[in-house]
Amino acid sequence: MKSLDDLKKIREAAAQKMSMREQKDGYRVVVGMATCGITAGARPVLNALVEEVSKRNLLNVTVTQVGCMGQCALEPIVEVYNTVGERTTYCRVKEKDAQRIITEHVIGGKVVEDLLITKFLK
Amino acid sequence: MAIRAQVVVCGGTGCMSSKSELIKNEFVEKIKEVGLQNEVSVFMSGCFGLCEKGPVVVVYPDMTFYSHVKVEDVEEICKEHLLKGRIVARKAYTEMTPEDEAKIKKFQEMTFYAKQERIALRNCGIINPFDINEYIARDGYMALGKVLTEMTPDEVIDLISKSGLRGRGGAGFPTGLKWKLASKHRGKEQMYIICNADEGDPGAFMDRAVLEGDPHSVIEAMAIGGYAIGASQGYVYIRAEYPLAVERLNHAIKQAYENGLLGKNIFGSEFSFDLEARLGAGAFVCGEETALMASIEGERGMPRNKPPFPGDKGLWGKPTIINNVETYANVPQIINKGADWFNSIGTEKSKGTKVFALGGKINNTGLLEIPMGTTLRDVIYNIGGGIPKGKAFKAVQTGGPSGGCLTYRDLDAKIDYETLISLGSMMGSGGMIVMDEDNCMVDVARFFLEFTVDESCGKCTPCREGTRRMLEILEKITEGKGTLEDIDELETLANSIRDSALCGLGQTAPNPVLSTLKNFKEEYIAHVVEKRCPAGVCKALINYYVTDKCIGCGKCKRGCPAAAITGNIKEMHKIDTSICIKCGACKVVCPVGAIITA
Repeated sequence: MKSLDDLKKIREAAAQKMSMREQKDGYRVVVGMATCGITAGARPVLNALVEEVSKRNLLNVTVTQVGCMGQCALEPIVEVYNTVGERTTYCRVKEKDAQRIITEHVIGGKVVEDLLITKFLK
Repeated sequence: MAIRAQVVVCGGTGCMSSKSELIKNEFVEKIKEVGLQNEVSVFMSGCFGLCEKGPVVVVYPDMTFYSHVKVEDVEEICKEHLLKGRIVARKAYTEMTPEDEAKIKKFQEMTFYAKQERIALRNCGIINPFDINEYIARDGYMALGKVLTEMTPDEVIDLISKSGLRGRGGAGFPTGLKWKLASKHRGKEQMYIICNADEGDPGAFMDRAVLEGDPHSVIEAMAIGGYAIGASQGYVYIRAEYPLAVERLNHAIKQAYENGLLGKNIFGSEFSFDLEARLGAGAFVCGEETALMASIEGERGMPRNKPPFPGDKGLWGKPTIINNVETYANVPQIINKGADWFNSIGTEKSKGTKVFALGGKINNTGLLEIPMGTTLRDVIYNIGGGIPKGKAFKAVQTGGPSGGCLTYRDLDAKIDYETLISLGSMMGSGGMIVMDEDNCMVDVARFFLEFTVDESCGKCTPCREGTRRMLEILEKITEGKGTLEDIDELETLANSIRDSALCGLGQTAPNPVLSTLKNFKEEYIAHVVEKRCPAGVCKALINYYVTDKCIGCGKCKRGCPAAAITGNIKEMHKIDTSICIKCGACKVVCPVGAIITA
């Protein structure tokens, strides 16, 4: 290491890994990962969300898993909590939808209409 | 694939001794078994501080705090929590709500942590001490970079002076002033900077935790200090009884060299700095700075007269600065955040925070860092969780063998250097031992004196002979052979040793006796006049009796090693006091508490 800039580069590179251990006040994305969720394909969705957040270096966003969400027929379910704790519930999320949830909702602040739970409930 | 969860297993000495390394290995294996090895990572951190609940495992990003984890629990945590997102409630840390419901609390929401302010311990339990990049991610070595590229040595000293940082090793000497006094030798001759990691107080483990959990903070601070005073060589004097800390420190020094953060021309500047760990062989007196330097030189560890102070004539006769581990751990933060930030924490004369090792009769045994000015009551009853088994608080001992015992009258005292001294104790390095109604204060004084008698180096007469005479008197009192004159003599001896001993060890050795004499004189008097030990500790003064609560179960009889107990099943038992060896085994096994001491 020869300069302060070199040090800063190392810091940026390691920040993503460390950010998981910080307390965050940004968006929180949770994925239902009970047996129903896993069979419906929640795991690739969760991994895709984590991947997307990491790729875009969103250090203040938490992606985590929870147990059964209660609407097993509509799994995989992804819930997005904004900074004031308001919840948006997305259903039958597929791996390819993960990118949209992150870019449109978490970054853009715009709800992804076609995945909303209201579209699926009769 | 990006990692979506991290499992942190506590790797402090406390948790390691309850097999946390096996727990970590089990996690690695079980995670592989459920096929999550590319999604979940596992590593060991330094001490979390809440040693009482160990072994501790924290799962991120959920911040779930698992306590008392056993190897057998790992599989369930992997299959339930990591795979299916269901927290394993029976292992998760809970706290009682005001409605008396047990509620799972996340790490950092827990009362134990919420009341703390962590500066010296900020990385302990968070980062992997073997990974320099994690330290750098939390602004590590930024302070050193800033100092070397933007500040002159005098500016560094001014900043530390302005922050109000004082030595965390005991006496509380202002760090900035110490550096300033030594800096007049800068550039004129070889100078040294030393870290005192010879933490020897019984019950103190703050420095160990910092070196085990965040060794780079000390390395960085020593390089900063070296630049400020003009030293190109540093030594960490660390006790060999801390193998884990030694290993992690040496690993960190190696990493710092590999990354160019130690060695020649750091950050491309003119400044070069070398650092080396030196092991102490376990003598308590080597925590005294002049004895410590003698030990590094390869001499017998004995103190010498001051002045000359080490800042003028220290290691190998050269100007030397010695600071304690915790003092150093504060330095990078002060550089990064500024003197005013540090200055805003604490009391008028004691700035910043202090780490305490809380032990004895307390629910949350462990390590905590609080702003100066927090009350003893807050530490003991809020963070510490109070006294176990509903017993009554009796005293708290601060400052180890050099400190004193404070009573319930002092509970609302604000903790800082001056207040503790005015109450007859001292900050010391930060050991805090809580005692309840079952502790005999004469016995406590005897215990600490036994320690100093053992550890006296023998160079000066007051300490070598005086403390031994004091111990003899205390032993006489605990054996019920003491007189009122003995108490007076004890006090006279204590005062003259305090005034005449050569070094800090001897000068402060009488403190446990003086403070217990001041605060608990009635217990001394009970021992010599009534020949009674009110707490039921001093063996010569107590007898064991069976009361009519006895249900005749026979457990005491079976457990008695001296066959002193007689009695038939379902009838009241009896102890023959002429045979009884007063081991107390019967009292421990009695299911109804029928055995008493009197």
